[in-house]
Amino acid sequence: MDIEKSRKLKKETPGLLFWRRFKKNILGISGGIIVLLLFFVAISAPYTSPYDPNEIDIKSSLQAPSKDHLLGTDQLGRDVLSRMIWGSRISLLVGFVAVGIATVIGIFFGALAGFYGKWIDSLIMRFVDVMLCFPTFFLILAVIAILEPNIWNIMAVIGVTSWMGVTRLIRAEILSLKERDFVKAARAMGARDIRLIFLHILPNALSPIWVSVTLGVAAAILTESALSFLGIGVQPPTPSWGNILTAGKDNIEIAWWLSLYPGLAILITVLGYNLLGEGLRDAIDPRLKT
Amino acid sequence: MNDDILTLNELKKYFFKKDGFFSLQQSVVKAVDGVNLSIKRGETLGLVGESGCGKSTLGRLILKLEEPTAGRICFEGEDVTACSKKKMRSLRKEMQIIFQDPYSSLNPRKTIGKIIEEPFIIHGIGDRKQRKEKVKKLLDLVGLRPEYIDRYPHEFSGGQRQRIGIARAISLHPKLIIADEPVSALDVSIQAQVLNLLYALQEEFHLTYLFIAHDLSVVKFVSDRVAVMYLGRIVELAKSTKIYNNSLHPYTEALLSAVPVPDPTMKKKRIILEGDPPNPIDPPSGCYFHTRCMYKMNICDKEYPPIKEVEKGHFVACHIRC
Repeated sequence: MDIEKSRKLKKETPGLLFWRRFKKNILGISGGIIVLLLFFVAISAPYTSPYDPNEIDIKSSLQAPSKDHLLGTDQLGRDVLSRMIWGSRISLLVGFVAVGIATVIGIFFGALAGFYGKWIDSLIMRFVDVMLCFPTFFLILAVIAILEPNIWNIMAVIGVTSWMGVTRLIRAEILSLKERDFVKAARAMGARDIRLIFLHILPNALSPIWVSVTLGVAAAILTESALSFLGIGVQPPTPSWGNILTAGKDNIEIAWWLSLYPGLAILITVLGYNLLGEGLRDAIDPRLKT
Repeated sequence: MNDDILTLNELKKYFFKKDGFFSLQQSVVKAVDGVNLSIKRGETLGLVGESGCGKSTLGRLILKLEEPTAGRICFEGEDVTACSKKKMRSLRKEMQIIFQDPYSSLNPRKTIGKIIEEPFIIHGIGDRKQRKEKVKKLLDLVGLRPEYIDRYPHEFSGGQRQRIGIARAISLHPKLIIADEPVSALDVSIQAQVLNLLYALQEEFHLTYLFIAHDLSVVKFVSDRVAVMYLGRIVELAKSTKIYNNSLHPYTEALLSAVPVPDPTMKKKRIILEGDPPNPIDPPSGCYFHTRCMYKMNICDKEYPPIKEVEKGHFVACHIRC
């Protein structure tokens, strides 16, 4: 019995070890469930939304939540639930694409700075410092004011202004990894830099990135909502939680449901991602024993 | 000179360290300070010295994992220090390294099959199927079961990992292997196994070893010749038997007296060196060893003794002994 047990333990891959730690974390798991649910909602939007999100029905405008319209209707008589379900797609899309852009840029610069060091490192890291000096949100506002405010521009701008954390993370990881013997061994075999970076160093440097991606998605969703709320994000009639909220604030005295539900949705989503991110961090952080 | 596979000529490696952010002064650590050494084809040259004396740095310099500050490294008559990147890549096939710590020398994210296969991929040898065959053969050669090919490094013990490291090092049939303390991280019982494996491989593939270690009994067992290093310089070089029976440099003497003898009844005169090794940033004047030497003479703190051949094949750098 004992032998079998120890045998099982020995077969544990780093992934399994991570999962064993992660599943003990109730908050992390609940964050994960929220995130999965949101994914499900976003993907199945065409089937789960009861109405066409853009179907205008002036006669039934600003109806309170009822059997027909579970979350009520807005001032043009559109079903709020349907609009929110479709809006979740926007949030997800913005969250992941923006963070994807940020992560790719961050890994690229971080790898360059960490691996080559010297003046390349100084140059990139000083540039990071400069980027961090800008109040990001106002930078985004300024850029969006010049560019056309559409969803692709928003994703690009959020991505381009949030890669600095990833760069620092990756650089620090690489600085320590490149001194490890297995990297030296690969170099001694004649491996080129590209091979060293992509096959030996980066796969070992990525685990902390998952945490920053998850937390980054939450931040990006929040930024998108804020931009849409200010009217320079996703433009109506395309539904997004931010612009539903804007529409709601004009009628908040007579139609509270218009502001409450998108607000709650944003809150729960961001909370979910943050919990998941914290959970991942706790599971990864006591460094994997190699 | 034709049977020398590797010749080091006045090889130096200095590390520079700024004293402070605003300081213009730099301190210099002379990790390797003018080493002359040649390794004969097919021999095992032991390189010993205490921690921090520059023996590992010397090994890394030879493989060009570090750039030398000055001096020349000639491998089979070819100047490694001056050769192009492309030339260097093909030279890397001829020289390999075995690392001290088997826990950090294997990429934790790759299966051992992938780890041993990598040298073949880098040098474009064989197709996938042939490479797999070669990997299995290598595993068999170092005494591991070929079925282990898809396992990850963390599933192996230290000794097994070291065997994997050895399999990777010999995969391209190199001529020279730098063994950087290959057994000092292992249990004594495993040490013997790994040493025997290294010896068997040397017989089979006519390998030349530069065997870096701080354990003199291990070095005695494996080496044909032994070089003793102190603070970045070689102080004594001789046939292994000579070193152990008739060492001339006081430092070698002290090192040898510290080797434990597995016989509790035997009384041994131990030479206890006083103090720490001097700081390599600021080595003492004259002979680097004079601060701890028990036979110190007047001249010792004035001049660094030149290395002399006292009898055939026995070199010493000491004022007292030659």
